[in-house]
Amino acid sequence: MTDAAVPPAAPPVPAAALPRPKARINWIRLAPWLYTLGLFVIWEAAVRLFELPPTLLPAPTRVFQAIVQYWSPIWKNSLQTLYTTTLGFALAIVAGLGIGLFVGWSKTIYAGLYPLMIGFNAIPKVALVPILVIWFGIGTVPAVLTAFLISFFPIVVNVATGLATIEPETEDVLRALGAKKLDIMLKVGIPRSMPYFFGSLKVAITLAFVGSVVSETVASNYGLGNMMSSAQSQFNVPLVFAGLMMLAVEGIAMYALMAWIERRMTGWAHRSTMGN
Amino acid sequence: MSPLVSIDNVDMRYGGPDGTLAVAGLNMKIAKGDFCAVVGPSGCGKSTLMKLVTGLHIPQSGVVIVAGRQVTEPVSIVGMAFQNPTMLPWRTTLENILLPLEIVERHRKRLRRHKREYVEKAEHLLETVGLKGFGSKFPWQLSGGMQQRANLCRALIHEPDLLMLDEPFGALDAFTREELWCVIRDLHAEQGVTIVLVTHDLRESVFLADRIFVMSARPGRIISEHTVPFARPRELSLLYDGAFNDMVQTLHGEIASARAAA
Repeated sequence: MTDAAVPPAAPPVPAAALPRPKARINWIRLAPWLYTLGLFVIWEAAVRLFELPPTLLPAPTRVFQAIVQYWSPIWKNSLQTLYTTTLGFALAIVAGLGIGLFVGWSKTIYAGLYPLMIGFNAIPKVALVPILVIWFGIGTVPAVLTAFLISFFPIVVNVATGLATIEPETEDVLRALGAKKLDIMLKVGIPRSMPYFFGSLKVAITLAFVGSVVSETVASNYGLGNMMSSAQSQFNVPLVFAGLMMLAVEGIAMYALMAWIERRMTGWAHRSTMGN
Repeated sequence: MSPLVSIDNVDMRYGGPDGTLAVAGLNMKIAKGDFCAVVGPSGCGKSTLMKLVTGLHIPQSGVVIVAGRQVTEPVSIVGMAFQNPTMLPWRTTLENILLPLEIVERHRKRLRRHKREYVEKAEHLLETVGLKGFGSKFPWQLSGGMQQRANLCRALIHEPDLLMLDEPFGALDAFTREELWCVIRDLHAEQGVTIVLVTHDLRESVFLADRIFVMSARPGRIISEHTVPFARPRELSLLYDGAFNDMVQTLHGEIASARAAA
C-alpha cells in the first residue's frame, strides 16, 4: 500500500542505498489463499499422476466443472442447508444461553445437570434422527433439530464456565456491599461469560452444519446432504465433491462471521490485539 | 464513645464441626478514625478476620459488632480492597469505580439522576490517588500500581465508614508500594476513614498504622497489641529511623515466636 504513495517519477535511487523496501508482500494475509491453492494443486497432480477415475476421486477441475454444470440444484440445496443450519444454530444460541445461565447460576444445579449433559452429548446425534423422523416426519424439521441438538452443548458449557469462574475476591467485594446473587450475575457473571459465549459460537456453527447435513442425508428430500446421497447412488462422484466444497465454503463463511461478531462484541477480552 | 468495630470472643470454624478452626477467642476493638494493622504468621486467619468484620462470614460463637449493630449479614458501610485489584476488564476505570454505587442500596436509587455528582466524586478520588485523567482508560491499560490505586478509589466511592485492606500492596514493587503507602496515609488524614490493614509487611504496618495487632498461628487470636508512637504526618524517611526499626524488630520477634509455637 505504502509504495503506491511514491510517485512513479521519483528520482531513481540506487538499490543498495535503500534500507529495504517498506511494502513487502504480506505473506500472513496471503497464506490461507496460497495454502488452499496448494492443496488443490497437489490434489490435481495426484489424480493425474495416478490416473484415478473420477468415480473414485475426481480432480478439483472436474469438481469445479460439476459445480458449474449443476449450479441450479447446488445453489438451491445450499440455501436449504444454510437455512436449516442457521435456524438450528439460532435455536441453539437461545437455548444454550438460557441453559448456560441456569446451570452456572448455582453450584448445585451445575453439579446436578452437568453429568446429564455429558451423557446426552455422548450420544451420536445421527442415532437421534430416526426418533426425530418418527416425531416430525422427514424434511426440514429433523434437520433443524439435529443442528440444534449438536450445537447447543458447547454454548451451554462455555456460558456456564464463564459464570462459574467469577473471581472470589470480586464476589466478596460486591457481597460485602450487600449485592444479591442477581446483582453479581448481572454486573459480573454475564458480561464475564460473554467472551466464552462468543468463542463457543465458532465451535457451534461448524457443528451445526454437521448436524443438519447428517439429518438431510438420512431423512430429507432437500439440502446438500440429500443431494450428495442421491448423487452418490448415481455414482456422480464429482457432484458429491461439489456438495462437500459448498459445505466447506458455507462453513468457512459462517465461522468468519462468528469470529467477526466475537471481536466486535468482546474487544476487551482480546487486549493484546487492541494495543494500548 | 463505643468502638466502631468490636469483636468479642469469636470462634470461626470452616467446613462443619470437624473443620479447621480459623480463629478462636478473638478479641479486638477498633475506634472510629483509627488506622489499625493486623500482622501475623501466614495462615493465621487474617483474611477470616476481614470476612468476619464485613459480614461475609458469621461466626459460630462470639459477637461481632460494627457501628453499634451485631453483624448478621454483609454490612454495606465497608469498603474492601484485596491484593488482586479485580477490576472488571469490560468497564473503564471510571465505570469500575462507580460499580459499588450500583450495588449499595442508598446509592443505587439515586445513581441515575445524580450521575454527574457521582462522576465528579469519582474523578476527585482519582485525582487524590494520582490518577487524574485516567478514568476513561480500561483497567488493563493501566500498570499494576495504577490498578491498585483505582481499586482504592472503588473501595472509597460509597464513603464507607470502614476501609478493609487485605495485603493491597503485596504484588507491587518496592517503590510503587512506598508511593501507595503515602497515598493511603494521605487518604486517612484527609477523609478520617477508619482503616484496617491486613498485611505481612511489618514496615508497612509500622509506617501506616496507629495500632498494630499481632495474631498467633492458627487458630488465630490476638497475642499482643502495640501503639505506634510516631507522630503524624509521617515521612518516608521514618523508614530509616532507629526507633522505627526497633519496633519492626520487636514485631518480627513476636511473630517468629508465634510461628515457632505453632
